[in-house]
Amino acid sequence: MVAVIDYGVSNLKSVVNALEFLGAEVCVVKKACQLEKAERIILPGVGTFSEGMKNLKKMKLIKPLEKEVFGHKKPFLGICLGMQLLAESGCEGGTSRGLGWIKGKVKKFEIKNLKVPHTGWDDLVIKKNSYLFQGVEKDKNFYFVHSYYFDVEEKNIISAACEYGKIFPAALQKVNIFATQFHPEKSQQNGLKVLENYLLFK
Amino acid sequence: MLKKRLIPVLLLKNGRMVKTIKFEQARDVGFPVTAAKIYDAQCVDEIIFLDILASVQGRQSLIETIDNVTKECFMPFTAGGGVRSLLDIKTLLKAGADKVSINTAAVSDPILINRAAKQFGSANIVVSIDYKKTPSGKKVFTHGGQNESRWEVIDWAKEAERLGAGEILLNSIDHDGTMLGYDIEIIREASDLLKIPVIACGGAGKLNDFLAVINDGHASAMAAGSIFNFTDQSPIKARAYLKEYNINVRFAL
Repeated sequence: MVAVIDYGVSNLKSVVNALEFLGAEVCVVKKACQLEKAERIILPGVGTFSEGMKNLKKMKLIKPLEKEVFGHKKPFLGICLGMQLLAESGCEGGTSRGLGWIKGKVKKFEIKNLKVPHTGWDDLVIKKNSYLFQGVEKDKNFYFVHSYYFDVEEKNIISAACEYGKIFPAALQKVNIFATQFHPEKSQQNGLKVLENYLLFK
Repeated sequence: MLKKRLIPVLLLKNGRMVKTIKFEQARDVGFPVTAAKIYDAQCVDEIIFLDILASVQGRQSLIETIDNVTKECFMPFTAGGGVRSLLDIKTLLKAGADKVSINTAAVSDPILINRAAKQFGSANIVVSIDYKKTPSGKKVFTHGGQNESRWEVIDWAKEAERLGAGEILLNSIDHDGTMLGYDIEIIREASDLLKIPVIACGGAGKLNDFLAVINDGHASAMAAGSIFNFTDQSPIKARAYLKEYNINVRFAL
């Protein structure tokens, strides 16, 4: 069973629908005890960093989540805001601390001559033998909609990058922790392949 | 490199798709879920659903449409029409929309844009602007093109950006449904002035119109309705055409 966390800031439906389309058994969770029953956990996210962290704290999900991900090594996937929250800090909606699972800060795109937010389909440069992107053959483009990016310090965990004024991490993998800045549930065939790979990860 | 986006616009009325000319004469053009599936098979970049009834019943119908579409189409959707409050926005995002478009409510209460951006993130808030030529310039109209506001179109677009909009959907009422081309002049002015993306809408009738709105209009995205409903042009043909002219578009097929 895949737990998709509902912490009040996400477009859950699309994520749930995509997972069910791929044959997964999905449960939308708000309580810690529900995380215990899951085999894998997804943190989606459409909203602001500060709101996301505020809600996770209010719902008392942080420690239980860490127990499942670090203790029980359950495969975890953070999507968009869900990736950014893994950082040490973010500045959207005021500076706030993130989960701190991965070193680095979330920053705003400040690029002359390019539109912000970074909205639309963009190409990835994918690391060789990256697990998450197996089977993604041609047209390696995915859908992004964000004004902030996670400036990851641990460069070796970046599994795909995108260039938009600067090169930023588009996906990462640290043992059982996966994250994507793009929306796999919105990226048609390529996105479904990424989700499928995540669902099969042991 | 970020691609230019091709976005079919589906106007909804009582659960059916309609097309208008200059915002009038709504003609039934089919069932939105079927159309969305076809567009998905053609790998369009996004779809915009706008409920033109802008009523509570209309929104319910919009939610049902999104609900049905998102079960099988895994692509970005923007939803709008009669969105008046943060709760309306939250409801549409929860139903599966990635971005929500606000129009009349934003003109009546501009601070709504700011509050929505703070709560849901700028990137997910589209301000949709309907405008037409009047004796005093190109003015913003609300309530489905019925009521003239005090705003000149570019000034309102600038203000919407300042308040936190993540994207502008710029819709020329004069060009709507005419298939005589986009309003290149206004689209270019807005695209060059604003930091946020501008989606051009209203008037696409032949493939060259898409080329013009990118090259001359500098738009980030091209929204269209009539060309795909009433001609034999498809998003596939449109992308192939643009690709021939070295426009950076997806070409997934």
